[in-house]
Amino acid sequence: MQIVLDYYNYWICIILMMVGFYGVIAKTNLIKKALSMSLFQTGVLVFYISIGKVDGGTGPVLDEANPEAIYSNPLPHALMLTAIVVGVATLSVAMAIIVNIREQYGTIDERDISDIEHETEE
Amino acid sequence: MELIHKNLPALIVVLPLCMGLLTAIVGRRGLGWWMAMATNSAVLAMAGQLLWNVMHNGAFEITYQMGSWPAPFGIVYIVDPLNAAVLLVVSIIACVLTLYARKSVASEIQKNRLHFFYALWLFCTTGLLGITITGDAFNLYVLLEISSLSTYTLVALGRSRNRRALTAAINYLVLGSIGANFYLLGIAYLYMVTGSLNIADIRHILETTVFPTWATDAPQYRTTVIVGFAFMAVGLSLKLALFPLHGWLPNAYTYAPSAVSGLLASTATKVGAYVFIRVIFTLVGVNFAFGVLHTETALMVSAGAAIIIGSWLALKQTNLKKMLAYSSIGQIGYITLGFSLNNVNGLTASIIHLFNHALTKGSMFMALGVVVYRLGNARLKDVRGLGRQLPVSMAVFTAGGLGLIGVPLTAGFISKWYLVTGAIQAHRYEMAAIVLFGSLLALMYVWRVVEQIYFGKRDENAPKLKEAPVTMLVPMVLLVAASIYFGIDARASSWVAQTAAELLLGVKA
Repeated sequence: MQIVLDYYNYWICIILMMVGFYGVIAKTNLIKKALSMSLFQTGVLVFYISIGKVDGGTGPVLDEANPEAIYSNPLPHALMLTAIVVGVATLSVAMAIIVNIREQYGTIDERDISDIEHETEE
Repeated sequence: MELIHKNLPALIVVLPLCMGLLTAIVGRRGLGWWMAMATNSAVLAMAGQLLWNVMHNGAFEITYQMGSWPAPFGIVYIVDPLNAAVLLVVSIIACVLTLYARKSVASEIQKNRLHFFYALWLFCTTGLLGITITGDAFNLYVLLEISSLSTYTLVALGRSRNRRALTAAINYLVLGSIGANFYLLGIAYLYMVTGSLNIADIRHILETTVFPTWATDAPQYRTTVIVGFAFMAVGLSLKLALFPLHGWLPNAYTYAPSAVSGLLASTATKVGAYVFIRVIFTLVGVNFAFGVLHTETALMVSAGAAIIIGSWLALKQTNLKKMLAYSSIGQIGYITLGFSLNNVNGLTASIIHLFNHALTKGSMFMALGVVVYRLGNARLKDVRGLGRQLPVSMAVFTAGGLGLIGVPLTAGFISKWYLVTGAIQAHRYEMAAIVLFGSLLALMYVWRVVEQIYFGKRDENAPKLKEAPVTMLVPMVLLVAASIYFGIDARASSWVAQTAAELLLGVKA
């Protein structure tokens, strides 16, 4: 039990990632697949954010009155701003492609799509 | 001039990025192609200059600090013989394919969207060049995503010819993002241990403070580093389509527009292989990757399987673009095998094969692109008897095919020569045998097509085809001529590759 509580931030991101990973593999609905991929990314984001925390650290704004102050590491957070942008871009490209698939195939379910593809010659 | 020279490493990435944005805004009415062509020619000139500079300065290294912030605080771009060579490969391919794309893409994409195509094209080049040149692990991830996002879209643009391009693209997108996120997670683990994102700095910290403790009773961060490396290795294997993580590749190559297939096949996976080499040899070091973890065994098994199964599946395809795609999976096997041998000859083979295979596969995809351009498809039965009707493109295809097999006097022979020598030196005789067996399979799948081209009889009522326009012929002839030239006189290419390999393994005097 202690190991769960001590490392709860890691457990959260492991669970998020695995739920996402499961969705990517198991879901046949393309939108659900894309969202699962996004969830997986979120797991990685949470991981980065949690490793920036320093025990007893405050927000990383220089406190001149208190030279002994400990600060949290802001770098992982800054990195994740970039990664969030990348994630949004990926998701929107995915959605754009899915909209196109819906127009061309009339469905967004992978099984139906592969049935249609099997029926027609390449 | 002085200013340009000093800032070359940054310009080579910034120029296509800015021009890409500009092309999306003002590139209408055919201007887009001119902008892409001008940009990629300039990039080619810069890459050539960089390679020349780095090979002729004593340290074999050029460091460029972004905004003059010194490493490890700022992002640095580092040019050494390895990535200068990869930069040159990417820019050569991008440049000749842009010329090729003018006619080829115009037939595949609506006219009012062409400027977006060239914008994405330039973004893709930006990403690939950036991945290659950067010395910062996180920056590498961002550039990886820039190139990947534009590639997904470029693949999806094949939809007007075949709607399967869309499903191929979404499949590639999901797997590609998972791969990139695995890489990102791996970086997080290494960052936890080292507190740095600069590749050279991470290596330095690992070497000085982490690895030495592993020999003692209290090994520090052992699991963390191993897990981090494992995530990166799996993520990169997905990106470079190493067997068995190649699932996204065949359809993406097959249904993308012809020019995009060429670009993907000759640069995207090559850059993936480059990053893998960089991670193993520069980021964590061979002593860890091969000495502690024995990654080389896993890599060799994957590579061997890729060579045999990729080539075998290539033999079974009737769609020729798909055949080339499976053949690429096999060729990625050769590249991976080379660096997993962990000796100078093997690594030289990898690096030289990056270059040689880019030339061969690029020209072959372009030659098939001509058939697609004229017929809308490239199946085995479509090329029957085409040797007379499309003499130049089919000759290019055949010469490229000889390169895939590794016939002497083609570039493919040089890489296989180094590879087999390396395998024997490492006492991996079974791997040498697999390489030769792979060549035999390549002979079979290439011959199958060549036979149809030259000895098959064209159907009476099949349409008569005209040879491709000059702008499509020139690039592929250039590439195939280069691949033959580097097969006959490999001094320059093997000098660069060998220097790079010796530097990576730390045996350069």
